[in-house]
This record gives sequence, C-alpha cells and structure tokens, in this order.
Amino acid sequence: MGGYVVRRLVQMVPVFIGATLLIFLMVNVMGDPVAGLCGDRQCDPATAAQLRREFGLDKPVWQQYLTYMGNLFTGDFGTAFNGQEVTELMSTAFPVTIRLTIVAIVFQVVIGISLGVVTGLRRGRPVDTGVLLLTLVVISVPTFVTGLLLQLLLGVEWGWIRPSVSPDAPFGELIVPGLVLASVSLAYVTRLTRTSIAENRTSDYVRTAVAKGLPRRRVVTRHLLRNSLIPVVTFIGADIGFLMGGAIVTERIFNIHGVGYQLYQGILRQNTQTVVGFVTVLVLVFLLCNLVVDLLYAVLDPRIRYA
Amino acid sequence: MRGATHARWAACAMAVALATTACGGGGDTTGAGGAVLSSSWTDPQNPLEPANTNEVQGGKVLNMIFRGLKQYDPRTGEAEDVLAERIETTDSRNYTITVKDGWTFSNGEKVTARSFVDAWNYGASLKNNQKNAYFFGYIAGYDQVHPEQGEQSAATMSGLKVVDERTFTVALSQKFSSFPDTLGYNAFVPLPRAFFDDHAAWLSKPVGNGPYTVESYTKGSEMQLAKWGGYPGEDAARNDGVTLKVYTDNNTAYTDLMAGNLDLVDDVPAQQLKNVRGDLGDRYLNTPAGIIQTLSFPHYDKEWNKAGSVKVRQGLSRAIDRDQITRTIFQGTRTPATDWTSPVLGAEGGYKAGLCGQWCEYDAAAAKKLISEGGGLPGGQVKITYNADTGSHKLWVDAVCNSINNALDNDRACVGNPIGTFADFRSKSTTQKLSGPFRAGWQMDYPLPQNFLQPLYYTNASSNDGKWSNEEFDKLIDRANAETDVAKAVQTFQQAEEVVRDNMASIPLWYQNGSAGWSDRLSNVALNPFSVPVYNEIKVG
Repeated sequence: MGGYVVRRLVQMVPVFIGATLLIFLMVNVMGDPVAGLCGDRQCDPATAAQLRREFGLDKPVWQQYLTYMGNLFTGDFGTAFNGQEVTELMSTAFPVTIRLTIVAIVFQVVIGISLGVVTGLRRGRPVDTGVLLLTLVVISVPTFVTGLLLQLLLGVEWGWIRPSVSPDAPFGELIVPGLVLASVSLAYVTRLTRTSIAENRTSDYVRTAVAKGLPRRRVVTRHLLRNSLIPVVTFIGADIGFLMGGAIVTERIFNIHGVGYQLYQGILRQNTQTVVGFVTVLVLVFLLCNLVVDLLYAVLDPRIRYA
Repeated sequence: MRGATHARWAACAMAVALATTACGGGGDTTGAGGAVLSSSWTDPQNPLEPANTNEVQGGKVLNMIFRGLKQYDPRTGEAEDVLAERIETTDSRNYTITVKDGWTFSNGEKVTARSFVDAWNYGASLKNNQKNAYFFGYIAGYDQVHPEQGEQSAATMSGLKVVDERTFTVALSQKFSSFPDTLGYNAFVPLPRAFFDDHAAWLSKPVGNGPYTVESYTKGSEMQLAKWGGYPGEDAARNDGVTLKVYTDNNTAYTDLMAGNLDLVDDVPAQQLKNVRGDLGDRYLNTPAGIIQTLSFPHYDKEWNKAGSVKVRQGLSRAIDRDQITRTIFQGTRTPATDWTSPVLGAEGGYKAGLCGQWCEYDAAAAKKLISEGGGLPGGQVKITYNADTGSHKLWVDAVCNSINNALDNDRACVGNPIGTFADFRSKSTTQKLSGPFRAGWQMDYPLPQNFLQPLYYTNASSNDGKWSNEEFDKLIDRANAETDVAKAVQTFQQAEEVVRDNMASIPLWYQNGSAGWSDRLSNVALNPFSVPVYNEIKVG
C-alpha cells in the first residue's frame, strides 16, 4: 500500500509540470497584459516598460516559466496586478470555495445516493419513473438557468434567502448556491447509484446475505450499497476538482468571492500570476482527489489490493 | 421592502444555526449609525494610489476620501476652489498656489504646500509606476523624473517649489491657461506623510482629507467608509457612511437592489434597462456623463490614408443610423453624438451641438455616393474591432454593421471583429496592429474641451491610437492652450475640432449616460459628470 502511494505521488510530478506549463503558455498566448492596465488610453512607454520588467514579462517565456516554478517551490506565487500577493488571494478565495464544495458534495451524497438507493430498489415503480424524469430535467437545464431562477424566486419574489452571498460566506448562505452547483452532478449520482444497485441486487452475495436471514437494512447498507458505491465514488472524486474550478457560473450569479471569481477576473485582466497560481492548486487538488478515490476502492471492495 | 428584511433575518438565523458564524459584513448596513448606505462596487484594477487610479471604481473611493485644490461641481462640472485659496499667474506658465488654512488629514496631520508637492513628485516619478504620471507632464522637469527611456536623472520635478507652509509655485514647460482647471483631477490630491512612511499600511487602509474615512477595507470584497466628523470642508457627508460591496456581475447587484439588500447601483445592466422604469419608478437616474464613444481609424495604414479616405470615412459615418441604435439597443442611455466632446461641458465650456453637421446624419444614398467617390471600402469590407469581454460592445457593433450593410446594400460591407479580452484589444490597438476601424471610448479626466481633443488627436498624443496627425490641428491646440481668455480658448478648441470633422479623423457615435438606481431609503441621489454618485450628498432614511 505504502509503495503504491509513493509510486502514485511520483507519477504526479510530470503531470503537474505538464499541466502548469500548458496553462502558463495558454495565458501567455493571450497577449500583453500591461496594455489593459491603463484603461482606454495608452500606458506611457516608460511606465509600461518598467511594469513589464517588474513582472518579468520582458524575458522569454521559458525563462519566465522557470523563474515562476522556482519561486513556486519556495511558496512564492507572485503578485497580482493590483499589488496583492497571490497567496493572499488564495487564502481568502479557497476557504469560501471549499465551503461551497462541501455543501455541494453533501447534497450529492445525501440526496443523490438516497434517491439512487430508493429508485434502485423499486425499479420500474412510479417512484423510480418520477425520479428518473426529474433527473432528466435537471441534467438538461443549464446551471445558470437554475441559478438565476432560484435566485429570483427565493431571493426576490419570496424573500427566503439573500440573493447574494456576503463576503464571509458562512455555510448558511451557501445552501442554495451549493444546491445549484450540485444539481447536475446530483442527478448523475442518483442515476449511477440506481443502476449499480439494480444490477447488484440480483447478484449471488446479496442472495446469500438474504438467505442467511440478515435484516433487510443490513443487507442493503453493508452488502448491497457498499459494493455498488465504487462507480459513484469515482464520479464524486473526480467531481470535487470539477466543482472547485468549475464554480465560475454559480459564483458569479450569487456573487461569491471564491476561486471561480478570482480565476474569472484573472483571465479578464490577463493576470498570469493569479491564473497560473490558482490552476496549479486546482491541479494538485484534482490529483490528490484521484489518489484518494483509488485508495477508497480498496476500502469499499476487499477484493482490491494495492501493492 | 418588508419581506426582504425578514429574509435577511431568516438567512442570518439559518447561518447562525448552521455554522455559528455571525452575519457579518453586509448585514451591518442597517446596524450602527443607521444612516449608512450600501453601494455596488467592483474591485479596483490598480492599487488605490491617487496617481495610479485611472478607472471609475477606484476613483469612486478617492472621491470620498480626498479633496484637492479644486473640485468639479457635480451639476455644472465647473472647477471650484476647495483647498485652493488662490491660484495666480501672469503668463499662463508660472503659477503661485496658496493652500487654505485649517485643513488637516483625518489622522490630524496638517495639509500644507509640502503635502501637494510631495504627492505630485511621487506621482510623476518613474520608479513608482504610477499610471497617471503623464498628468504631471506639463510641469517643468517632468522629463527628468519620467524620461521616455532609460533611468530617471532627478528625484523631484524642478518646476515645483515650496515657498512657505501654505504656498508653492508651479512652473510649466509650456503655456497652459486651463492648468488650474485640471487640478480637480484625482491625481492632484495632497498626500499625508503616512503614505510615504508606511506605504503598505496606507494601502491597506488609506488616509485622506475628504468627507469620509476608511473604516475597514477587505480587498476584493468590501470597503466600509464612515463620515469624518472633523471634516473642515463645506461639503460634509449628509449620511453616516457608505459600504462599498464588490459585485462580480452587475446583474447580481441589481437583483440585490430589488431584494432590498443593496441601496445603490451605479451601473444598471443593459439587460435590465427595459424593466428599470417599472422596477424602480423615479428611483432611477439617467444623466449625461463625460463619455463619448467613437470609431477610430488606423491612419498609419496606407489603405486608410489615401486621397479618398476622408470621403470613405464620411460615408461610413453617414451610413450609421445613430438614432435607431441608441433607441433600440441602449434604450435611450446613449445620445447620438453631433460633435467630438460631450454635453456635460455645456455650451460655454466648449460643447457645440451640431458641429458635425450633415456628416453625422444618417443618409443611405449620400453614404453610398461618398464611399464610391472615395474609391470604395479598403479591401471591399470594413472590420470593426472591439473587445467582447465587457460592456455590450458586440450588440452595438453588430447594429452599426447592419446599418452600414443596409445603407450600402451590401451584406458583406461590414463585420464585427471581436477580441477576447480588453487587455488584448488594448495591446493590439496601441501597437498599431489593427487594419480597420476599432471602437474607442473616451472618458474625460476633467471637463475641458482640451481633454477631448489633445490626448486623442494631437500628433503622437498618449491616446492617439490611430496615429492621426495634422499640422493645422496641432497648431490650433497649441494656440488654444496658450490663450488666457477662456471664451477665446474655447473658440480655438472648436476650430481645432472642425479640423477633426473636416478630416473625419474619427467617427463620433454617441454620448454615454451614467445611470443609477436606488432603494427607497435614499434620497437626493445624483451622479457627477464622471458618472460617479455624489455620495456625500445622499440622504438616508
């Protein structure tokens, strides 16, 4: 097990370097960021040249990348154009987005899996058909439609929530945004669980468990569900990274100042340091999540062993 | 909005129950002081230094926490003395400025002549990377502290001298009679010693001499400003404070206003313009601002700088139905332009309605004729370049192209050429990489006709992206700047503007308005000519 983890961690290094290099190049291709700093007028050449020098933009790209990576290992993510350290931006943005992601994942796990189990056990019944239809609707409606609709209904028409989230972004205010963010994945989790449960219900080990006279509850939770969760865990694990980076739409609608907001602004202002820094961390999160998922397989299915 | 108030409490209760996190930040607007209003904001692009802030959002804050020698009247746009007791000159070149007695910064430090001189020297100095440095370009010795190339050879400008505690002299490198009127711009405000001594601390909580003080500043999300009780000026705040909240999307800010969570929105999203009257009734304002939108041309490109090019540009101008576009796309928040300045200058200040004459009037037949006389469109097609990330530029560029295509009976005469980001758009247009007309927006820095003409059309001027150059125009501008009589100066500026018209250096499209919507808690809301709300005059409750 230990050896496996080490091997996986070593494998991450080239993936990490490749991903950051790609992002670095992509942001660079977008052009000269200094021109955008002076509004609708031209930066005076002397100031522009000095800014370029200070941000290292006058050097060739490969050199910029090497300097950046060198600084990265000393924990220096660079400075954004508004004079804030990128690490400072991260320290305010990531907690917010992590909270939002937790809310979304809780929704996925609690609602998605329960609905999946219920429909999987009652395949073909009205409950099953109803939930299936519902998930189809959720999957086909884009997130921004759900988001704006809920914001308008709950926030303005009925006045149940604040339409925007305050800067502190406590869990309470993140419930509706979290639900919106989770909605599509939630529908997928429901469908995945349902299929998996329905398949495994007829398998030998479940029949054995029932024949042993185990209580139905124990059969479902310990034997049936545990084995059926493998595809679902894979999905949720991959989804964590996706939710953290892909929350741009939801964060914009509800004015949440998280990772999506910083990335969006970073891209608009062509702020290489911000974009590369945040994406680097997201890449790490993604890699780690995948590792955890792989390790979880062993916990869920005792037949799987890593060596 | 009773329902909304309940909602806030419900949300707070929920938050407390779930995470034992109190409802901080925005929840406080109805708390202490009572008369504190909340207003929408976006994150300023540059650090909040006076000479480094060149956009409205940062300017908003500077406007609240600083007062300079002069200030522009929110209604007339006229420059009025604030900290200036006297600004004297005999030759429009050497000025003696006396600062009023009794002014202090909110930390107790006295505002003296040195506060100004130090601030201006800081702003001009190349090593400080101040993006508005060129504002000090008229002061003698600027080229030593801010050379075009290489290292600066002096730390301070030779044209600035402190005479005594309240007096300093300014020597300009050329005659500039309206120099005193430019002093209302944010770059010219005084700075306290704290700014230089502990710069980082000052940036995280700026200290100034205006009607408000910064209470707390969370970068990227919120700034709380409180009324400064000891403010010595006449325009003290009529409310207890302002909370600026950062919104990523102005639609969300508008929704928050509807739900009663926000008091003031100073940028009504284009999508909501249709409903705004119904939603807000008379709590909506739409007034002219000092912003003009034009189409600039690549005069550096031979194709646009031929014998017949003027006619082609005039033809294009006449092919644009400004009336219809401003009515249908902008819902009246833009006014068709008939000159190259802005109505906020007023007739005496240099605005001349109808200066463009027939060349700005829509006439499809005339347009067609002019363009064919001028030798047709270069390459048979014009591509209007714009940035697609902000504003509703795509909408109007497409409309302008439609209008041109219809007028010329040619579906391929005009197409839009979107560029992904503003920064990329700017870098392409400032480095002369565009081969067709491109969008140009100009927001004035101070309400003078000079500001609408010189930076944009003078040979090699800072914002002359199209590299238009005309000797007659340059001469007239120099003459107007040297003219001491205001009326005569304005007249000369208008002559220069006529040169722009006769060459159709750029096509004026429309004047942009500023808009604001507010909750029923507020009254006496107004926008100044820079489309920034006049916060100190707003009454709450």
